[in-house]
Amino acid sequence: MTATLPTSDPGTRRRPPRTSAVRVRRRGTDAPNRPVTVILVVASLAVLVPLYVTVAMALKSPSQAAQGNAFAPPWPIDLHNFASAWRLTHFPTSFAISVAVSAGTVLGTLVLSSLAAYAIARNWDRRLFRWSFFYLLGAMFLPFPVVALPQIKLTALLSIDNPVGVTLLHIVFQLSFSVLLYSAYLRSVPAELEESARMDGASTGQIFWRIIMPLLGPMNATVGIFAFLASWNDYMLPSLITADPGLQTLPVVQSIFQSQFGTNYNIAFASYLMAMAPTVVVYLFSQRWVISGVTQGAVKQ
Amino acid sequence: MTVPSPLPRRAPDTPRPGRRHRVEPIYYWFLLPTLLLFTALVLAPALVGIFYSFTDYVGFGSWQFTGLTNYIAVFSDPSIWSSYKFTIGFALVTVVLTQTTALALAVGLTQRIRFLTTLRSIFVIPMVISGIVVAYVFNYLFANSLPSVAGAVGFGPLEQSILGDPDLAWVSIVIVSAWQTIPGALLIYIAGLLSIPDELYEAAALDGASAWRRFRSITLPLIAGFVVINTILGIKGYLNAYDIIVALTNGGPGTSTSSVAMTIFTGYTGGDYAYQMANATVFFVLTVVVSLLQLLATRGRGLRL
Repeated sequence: MTATLPTSDPGTRRRPPRTSAVRVRRRGTDAPNRPVTVILVVASLAVLVPLYVTVAMALKSPSQAAQGNAFAPPWPIDLHNFASAWRLTHFPTSFAISVAVSAGTVLGTLVLSSLAAYAIARNWDRRLFRWSFFYLLGAMFLPFPVVALPQIKLTALLSIDNPVGVTLLHIVFQLSFSVLLYSAYLRSVPAELEESARMDGASTGQIFWRIIMPLLGPMNATVGIFAFLASWNDYMLPSLITADPGLQTLPVVQSIFQSQFGTNYNIAFASYLMAMAPTVVVYLFSQRWVISGVTQGAVKQ
Repeated sequence: MTVPSPLPRRAPDTPRPGRRHRVEPIYYWFLLPTLLLFTALVLAPALVGIFYSFTDYVGFGSWQFTGLTNYIAVFSDPSIWSSYKFTIGFALVTVVLTQTTALALAVGLTQRIRFLTTLRSIFVIPMVISGIVVAYVFNYLFANSLPSVAGAVGFGPLEQSILGDPDLAWVSIVIVSAWQTIPGALLIYIAGLLSIPDELYEAAALDGASAWRRFRSITLPLIAGFVVINTILGIKGYLNAYDIIVALTNGGPGTSTSSVAMTIFTGYTGGDYAYQMANATVFFVLTVVVSLLQLLATRGRGLRL
């Protein structure tokens, strides 16, 4: 805010509105704050340069990549890297598995935690429901590394040491946070809405799906975005749970470039780019949504 | 913001405690799947794992009770001590770096500046990229680009890859972790800063308070709650550090950057299942302590969020 930095005089660039005398406002001054803009543009290079290097390296020919100047623009542009990366990572398979795991995680988290939160919120006066809430909250004390070893054994025992098990575990690790968010939100939903529906003879199930679920819209977005990002980007859990390397998710298969193809940086970067691009592109098109969703989730906490 | 009870003690619509209403059976069905899944996949494995930490189980075959032997061994194991030292130190350094950077950026991004929307969306990008992929990219930058840049400008200390330097490798992990986690903290700070009414700044400016004074006396106290939440969430995340380390140093050189999570996972391949479960149980206690600090820190603050 301008409060922390020298405020540029309003009116040097554009005519101030006639009514205002001295205006020292954060978002109200007319002239953009130049020094801050410059500092932030420079700082944004910290984000942009690694991304640029990824794109540039992915487009380089093997000989140019071997020269070692990561910042040089790619020339001539070599698109073979993507074909090689596609083959080496079995891209269609690993991409499909990643999509299935994240979609399953989002869907499972949304349905299970909203149902549970609704039951808890409407029966808060019953000990069973109250205790269930705190029981679920306990998961915050159990991060994956603590329970990893027994979970690896358990999933193997149940023959779910595969994407199914990964999905279930991703859901489970989202549950406590999501139930917390939903219950906080359900508090603001007035009971009158439900009561009039109940008068009309609607069952609790119908009320949940027809009235509560649509009302939960913004919270669904928040819970869904958190669940998606956690699942799609995770390396730790799938790398340990999934036994068959052929069934690994997109982030996990990237590790093949560390050993087998150690010097083919151009192919490795093409693969990294293919792993990053989907979420970055989706984010760029839905950023308002993502940003408000994440902010809501964080603030509601 | 108070974590433990998001529900009013007594919502206007729900019957008072004491005058118990009849629970419609369908509510049990709403709750049951979540409870079952949670019990089967988290609580049961956790209990089994803690049970085995008191045995000499190697991951298969027979086992015998050994009492506290594993715990005594864990506490006298230099490699485990060093993993805790590294992990806690890394978490503290990273959280300070991340929070100060995120707060500074958030202050900048709530100014009236050019390219505001573009800049905001750029700074959030790292949040949507997988940590391990980011770390692979940075691995290349640290191993190849940084040394060649340092060589070109004649800056001796960085001409060797910092990833291979036992004293500096941890810095690379801090940088990449910060790169990836700043956006989340940044969004929370932006929300916090925007919730401060402009009038406060106007009044302070009229009273002649300097910019720094206004930041210290208005901004900081009013976003203190956000700082606490961000710090605690950050530390909890960094304590589980794994992905980024795997991609950057894989715990090396030697074991200088081996985190607690990495050490625990060796119990899976290394045949010391029970031993590492004892380690995991100790780690669990550490997590509980951090979480309790979270509850203490957030409770009692009159934050109306």
